Formats: sequence, C-alpha cells, structure tokens
Amino acid sequence: MLSIDNLHAQVEGKGILNGINLDIKPGEVHAIMGPNGSGKSTLSSVIAGHEDYKVTKGSLLYQGADISDLSADERAHLGIFLSFQYPVEIPGVTVTNFIKTAINETRKGQGLEEMPANVMLKKIKEKAKLLSIDTQFLSRSLNEGFSGGEKKRNEIFQMAMLEPKLAILDETDSGLDIDAMRIVANGVNSLRNENNAILVITHYQRLLDYIVPDFVHVLHEGKIVKSGGKELALELEEKGYDWIKHAI
Amino acid sequence: MDLQEKLVASYMAQTSATAEPTGLAKIRSAAIETFEQQGFPTKKMEEWKYTPLNKLVKTDYTVFPKKSKNLTLDEVQNYILHDVDTFKIVFVDGVYSSFLSETTHEGMDVCLLSAALSQPKFRKVIEQYFDTVTDLEDSFTALNTAFGREGAFVHIPKKKRVEKPIQVIHFSTGVNQNLMLQPRNLIVVEAQSEVQIIERHQSLTDTPVLTNVVTEIFTHKGAQVDYYKIQNDHENASLVDSTYIHQEKHSHAKVHTFSFGGQFIRNNLHFYHKDQAIQSTMKGITLVEGKQLVDHHTLVHHAHPNSESHQEYKGIYDGQSTGVFNGKIVVEQEAQKTNAFQQNNNILMSDKATINTKPQLEIFADDVRCSHGCTIGQLDETALFYLQTRGIAKKEAQALLTYAFANNVLASVNIPAVKTRINALIAKKLGVNLGFNL
Repeated sequence: MLSIDNLHAQVEGKGILNGINLDIKPGEVHAIMGPNGSGKSTLSSVIAGHEDYKVTKGSLLYQGADISDLSADERAHLGIFLSFQYPVEIPGVTVTNFIKTAINETRKGQGLEEMPANVMLKKIKEKAKLLSIDTQFLSRSLNEGFSGGEKKRNEIFQMAMLEPKLAILDETDSGLDIDAMRIVANGVNSLRNENNAILVITHYQRLLDYIVPDFVHVLHEGKIVKSGGKELALELEEKGYDWIKHAI
Repeated sequence: MDLQEKLVASYMAQTSATAEPTGLAKIRSAAIETFEQQGFPTKKMEEWKYTPLNKLVKTDYTVFPKKSKNLTLDEVQNYILHDVDTFKIVFVDGVYSSFLSETTHEGMDVCLLSAALSQPKFRKVIEQYFDTVTDLEDSFTALNTAFGREGAFVHIPKKKRVEKPIQVIHFSTGVNQNLMLQPRNLIVVEAQSEVQIIERHQSLTDTPVLTNVVTEIFTHKGAQVDYYKIQNDHENASLVDSTYIHQEKHSHAKVHTFSFGGQFIRNNLHFYHKDQAIQSTMKGITLVEGKQLVDHHTLVHHAHPNSESHQEYKGIYDGQSTGVFNGKIVVEQEAQKTNAFQQNNNILMSDKATINTKPQLEIFADDVRCSHGCTIGQLDETALFYLQTRGIAKKEAQALLTYAFANNVLASVNIPAVKTRINALIAKKLGVNLGFNL
C-alpha cells in the first residue's frame, strides 16, 4: 500500500529525513517510535502532503503510484488520513458541519455524488457512539475549548467517518488519560480490517498495549535504525532511547 | 468645470425649479454653501488620509438622470429578500417605484421622504428631526442635505413592535450617463418601539454610479433599532454612506455593515448619546479583492453615564484591495461608568493588500472601561493543512477558514433571511460552492 524508498526530505532547507525505507501492506499496523526531534512528525507530514516539506531524494509510492506531487487534499481523496498531534481549533464551524463538508468534498474529489443527508446523519450517529461522543458535542465548534481527550476522540471520529485506507496516527496518545486512551484505541481497533493499514507514531510504548502493531520501527536522526515485532517496543520502553543511540 | 462646480451649478438649477417650505430651503442653502466652501475632502485631511477621492471627483457625474429604465421584477429579483415578508421602499435612479414597493400608513408611516417633505401633516416631524443629528461640517453630508429629496421615511409611534423588516433599496440604471445619487433616509422610532431595517444600494449597469447617502436615525427612550447594510454593489459603483444615530435613555441601536462589492465604499457611522443607559452596537464584515477600497469610520459619543458601546469589525482583503478602519470613541467627563469595547481583526490574503487600522480614544472621564484591539494576520497555514488532510481542497479550505473568521459577526444577525443571504454572498465572493449554514 505504502512504499517508501530512501526518502530524504527537508523543511526550510534543513534536512530532517535522511533515507527512510518503509513498506506497509494492507491489513498491517506499523508503529514508528523515536525520541523527540528524530523526525517522526516530519514523516507523517511528508506522507500526508504538507507543502512546506520538500522531498529531495528517494520515492514515495502509494498503491503503486508516486504521490509526492499531490496536494494534501488529493492524497486524502486517495484514502490517506492524518490524525494530528495538535488538532487545530476552528471557532465558528461545528463538528457536524465540518465532517459533512469533509465527507462531501472528499466524495467530490473522488467523482462521487454528495452523501444523502439521512445516510450522513445515520453514519454520524453510529460513529459517534463508537467513540462515546454525545450529540451535544457534535454541535460545538471544532476543537474549540476541547480537552485533550475530546480532541483525540474527535480525530478518530473523523477517521471513522472518512474510512481511510491508510491512517497515520501522530502522537494520538499524548494528552490522554487511561480511560480516554482506551476509548480511542477501541475506536481505532474496530476500524481495522484487511484492506486498510495504520501507521502509529508515538514516543511511548503504552498506546501499543492497546493498538497492537505488527511491526515496530525506531527512528533516529531521520533514519529507521531498527525494526522488529511488537516486542521491540517493550524493549525500548525498558532500556530507553539511549540504548538505540549506543547500539548504532 | 470640475465636479464641485458642476454640483453647485446643478443646485441652482434645481432650486429655481422646486418650491419648498422656507425652513427647508434655508437648511439646503446653508448646506450648499458649506459644500461650496469646503469642496470635497482631500488626503491632507486626517479623516481622509488613506482614502483617495481623486478618481471619483474627476468623474463627470450628473445629478439629473435623463431617463430611467423601466425595470421588470426579473431584473431586480436577486437584490430583494423574498423569503421573508417585508415592507419595501424601492427607488430607481432616485425615483420611487410604486410597482416594486410595499409601504404603509396604518398605525405607522413607512413611506417616502418626498411625501413627508411636501405634505403639511408631516411638517412638524420634519421640522423636529430633519438634518438635526448630522455633522453640519461634513461636506458629503452637506452635499446630500442640499440635494436629498427622496429616500425612506419611517416613523414608528410609541410602543410598537414592527413585525416585518423594512427593506430600503435604491437601484440605479444610469443609461449611458454617470449618475450621482443623493438618497436621504429619515427614521424616527418613538419610545419603547422596535424596528428592523435593511438598506441596499444596487447598480444595474456598468456605468459608474456614485451614491452619497445620508441616514438619520432617532431612537427614543427604550427604542430598539436593528439596522443592516448590505453593500455588494457593481464593480463600477461607489458609495459614501453617512449614518447619524441619536439615542435616548435605554435605547439600543445596532448596525451591521456587510461590505463585499463596489469599487469604493466610505462608511461614516456616528452614534450620539443623549442620555444614560444606552447601548450602541456596530458590527461589520468586509470581504474585498481586486482594487476595491472599503473605509469604515465610526464614532461613538458617550456623553452620559452608564452606557455601553460594542464594535466588532472583521476584514478580509485579497488582491490589491485597501481597507481603512478608524474607530473613534469619545467619553465625556460626565460619562462615568462607560463601557466601550472595540475590536478590529483583519486578514490579508495577498502581499499587495493593505489595511490601515486606527483606534482613536478620547477619554475625559476617569471611571470607565474602554478596551480596543486590532490584529492583522494571514490565514493559519497549519489550519489549512489540517482541513486539506480531511479532503477539503485549498480554495475551499481557505473559504472555510475565512468564514470561520467572520462568523461571530453573523451570530448577532437577527433576521434569518439576512443571515442566509450573507452566507450565500460570502460563498459566492470566495468562489466556492459550500453551504455556509454552519
């Protein structure tokens, strides 16, 4: 599904990614771990298509096609979703109307008709329930005054609505207490199937107790320095990132 | 002959052709004298520093339209709100159109100024109110006072809540000639009464039109006036809009100004407090592009204790457009416990757009709360990226953020049909097909 080969990227002339290799197949869950400043968030922004990040070398293939020239919305139309570490507050636009706009603009981008209002409403209700979101929440302004947990639940709610093929969860566990993390993780797990893939980006291992990865990669100075199964996350948690730094 | 000389000569021609009561004739001749002495404002004047008039005063406008086009309902349909029952006072090239209007004299007067000026039964009201709250030194206002013979006349008696909004619409057809219009509106709302008014000036032609409108509003004790200005005129149309509001005790006057279209717009919005416990609210959304210029000059004159004023203006400037915001708040020594709030937030969408914003506070009382703030910024890049990752294309994402930026000004619009119309105009102006009933 996603095939990254020797990817180099920079922002404002500064090299952040220095040769990433990553291959994600449908049905898989990959986790990228790494210390602060290792390039985790840059990688998610590059895959999602942030304009400020320039691919300088290597290739970024999605479903076999080079997507490095596509804008973020065009990538979204192909099924790539990025859950933000810090979701943006947009006063004046309600959660419901935002998701309606996102769904219909995505469908427009895919050459489909708008989703009928009753279908939309039913889907919103169903997915809100999945993430324990009440109806009052849906009529609030997007992310405005939301707690950390509410913001992240709202991100996963949007993911559930948009049904992406590749979902990137950037530091979804940050700012979450254990109950909120459980709700978010359950939401993500219920969306997993053999046709989609998830890339979890996290600093800590704890989220991976709930969203269990098939592969774990360690990022250091813009490169994947170690890959393994889910046990690698535990090892990292135990030994700390210094262990990786010394090991290479 | 330049425009100023031409206007003065036109005034002479007009006066000799029409007879008016002595009091009125005196007011007009004093006004044309003021205009003749002062001429049009220049950039050397502080109040006009960022608002050049050279192009306007070099245009050869006439105040006497040769012939008005007969308008069909189809041609004007778009500019009149239909999804709500309203009174309508409609003018075409300065002439009342009974065909397009719906006025009343039942229990109140919603009619024409020309009728009020000429009929004896209105003489007392005219003498009491006409040209009594205007700035006599303002040359555009003086020019209007000299010429203004037609417009809306609204007189609401005591304790009456007017159920239907009143639409005041001035169309111009300017067949083959540049037209200057001088509409004059007089609104008198007696104690404890309420009224909603929507004002619009719309050109139906490419020919340049200059509208110099003056509106006087009197809000008596406990009265409420909710006033909406929809400024979305043709690209060759220019507007100088001066509104003067007299407020009595416990009255609340609210003015929303939506400036989207037109080549040149200057709004002078003045509130004068004549007693205590008054509320004045002024809000605006300016959304312009190309070479458009929109200038908001507001004045709130707090002269008595315990009153409030709220100002909130949002501006979005694209292309090479220019914005001016000058918010003057005067708090007299006697006006203790005044609460005056002013906010002007702007977004520049291009490197070539300009905004000149200036709060101007003159406070002579010591126990007051006056706050003001202005911001100038760009759309948030991270927010744009966020929306794009949800499948919303850049143009639509920009539109959504622009709408969100301006949205809280719309929250205080009390006529749903106006809100719907403004939403549609914003979407159209931003070139997107998003339903902004957010």
